Amino acid sequence: MSPPRPAINRLFRFQWEPAQQAHVLLYPEGMVKLNQSAGEILKRCDGARTVPQIVADLEAAFNASGLAAEVEAFLKMADAQNWITWNTD
Amino acid sequence: MDTLLVPPAALQRRPGPLWLLAEVTYRCPLHCAFCYNPVDFAQAGPELSTDDWLKVIREARALGAAQFGISGGEPLLRDDIEILVREARQLGFYTNLITSGVGLTEARLAALKDAGLDHIQLSFQDATREANDLITNTRTFDLKRKVAAMTKAAGYPTVINCVLHRTNIDHLDRIIEMAVEIGAEYLELANTQYHGWAFLNREALMPTAAQLAEAEAVTERWKARLGKKMRILFVTPDYQTKKPKKCMNGWGEVFLSVTPDGLALPCHTARMLPGLEFPDVREHGIDWIWHDSPLFNRFRGTAWLPEPCQSCEDKDKDHGGCRCQAFMLTGQADATDPVCPKSPDHGLIDAALADAEKPGTVRPLVFRDPKNSTRLARPF
Repeated sequence: MSPPRPAINRLFRFQWEPAQQAHVLLYPEGMVKLNQSAGEILKRCDGARTVPQIVADLEAAFNASGLAAEVEAFLKMADAQNWITWNTD
Repeated sequence: MDTLLVPPAALQRRPGPLWLLAEVTYRCPLHCAFCYNPVDFAQAGPELSTDDWLKVIREARALGAAQFGISGGEPLLRDDIEILVREARQLGFYTNLITSGVGLTEARLAALKDAGLDHIQLSFQDATREANDLITNTRTFDLKRKVAAMTKAAGYPTVINCVLHRTNIDHLDRIIEMAVEIGAEYLELANTQYHGWAFLNREALMPTAAQLAEAEAVTERWKARLGKKMRILFVTPDYQTKKPKKCMNGWGEVFLSVTPDGLALPCHTARMLPGLEFPDVREHGIDWIWHDSPLFNRFRGTAWLPEPCQSCEDKDKDHGGCRCQAFMLTGQADATDPVCPKSPDHGLIDAALADAEKPGTVRPLVFRDPKNSTRLARPF
């Protein structure tokens, strides 16, 4: 079995909202406005990248290191909120 | 230069609406006695054209609206909702179809899916054929289950709304069980809000306190059993909880509704309110309607609130409650919502609740149909 890769739950749609100047999650009759780091993490939850790959990708994009804990904590919260599902195929 | 000294705050406009609800028609194959549409819907003007709706959709999106709902009446009675959904979706709206399911064929569903429809909310009225067919005054029960299976097969999450009232609330256990059987992801159990036809039928629809307590207990049991598998939202009736609701999250704060005949409203039912001019979307842009029209500013914020609201610590939480409810019960649109125990008119609520407890009272239903609408010719 391949390692789990997070993907946006099909109940939600993730997009950039110009009026909000933010990424948002749209769902039936509601919207979550995301801060910048949440937006950048969810942008990479495509069902193809593993968590370590997402972390590496973010660290490269933002020229940072040691982001693993923050990413994992966010994904845990996102999972509890049902925003993401885990692709294991 | 003086013109450069304008404080920045004055240049910032309030946010635009987040929600655009298009009530595309008052026509409906069902005749539900709890409908919130105006009783006199038969007197409304002609329906907006496709182009009128497209203009509304574009203007609302330009203001930042992100949720687009198509409702009615039964929106599937119009043959152009695929066009509206396609445009809304392409502009970035999350598109919601709020339907009874009547008229949703395989072909229509495929066309809506192709247009990019994100979500379907299906209304159920009761768990048995007899009860469903009674309250809707139609024979539609089997059809609804078929439609639920069809939308699920098309890949849509199954989101069901069921309005609760005196005649179906005792079947709640069976209603929830049915939602589980058809694989619903989300079930909204909305206690009747007494607007429009529901206000007209209030005596027949209001449950007893014991019925309501049992319904809440049943819901809690199912919630504990189902967990994340199916989310259940139980919307409490404000008559019974005695808590005024911040209607629509505040007048003119997030929500914009447009009636079939083109009136822009800050809530579904505001067209019943007297002495207000409702802007017509064919004559005004949504930008002006939202920011500048007298209607959308009439009950915005809390500055207009009367006593006892003005000095109440909860005024930012509830904005004095529902304007339509205040008007229907007291004749004054700017009164404190009588569901609040601090309202001088709260006795009206207690009287309605006491009435619901009277055994043996005959409680006839008046069904929502054009004939009754024309005969009654009143807003609620």
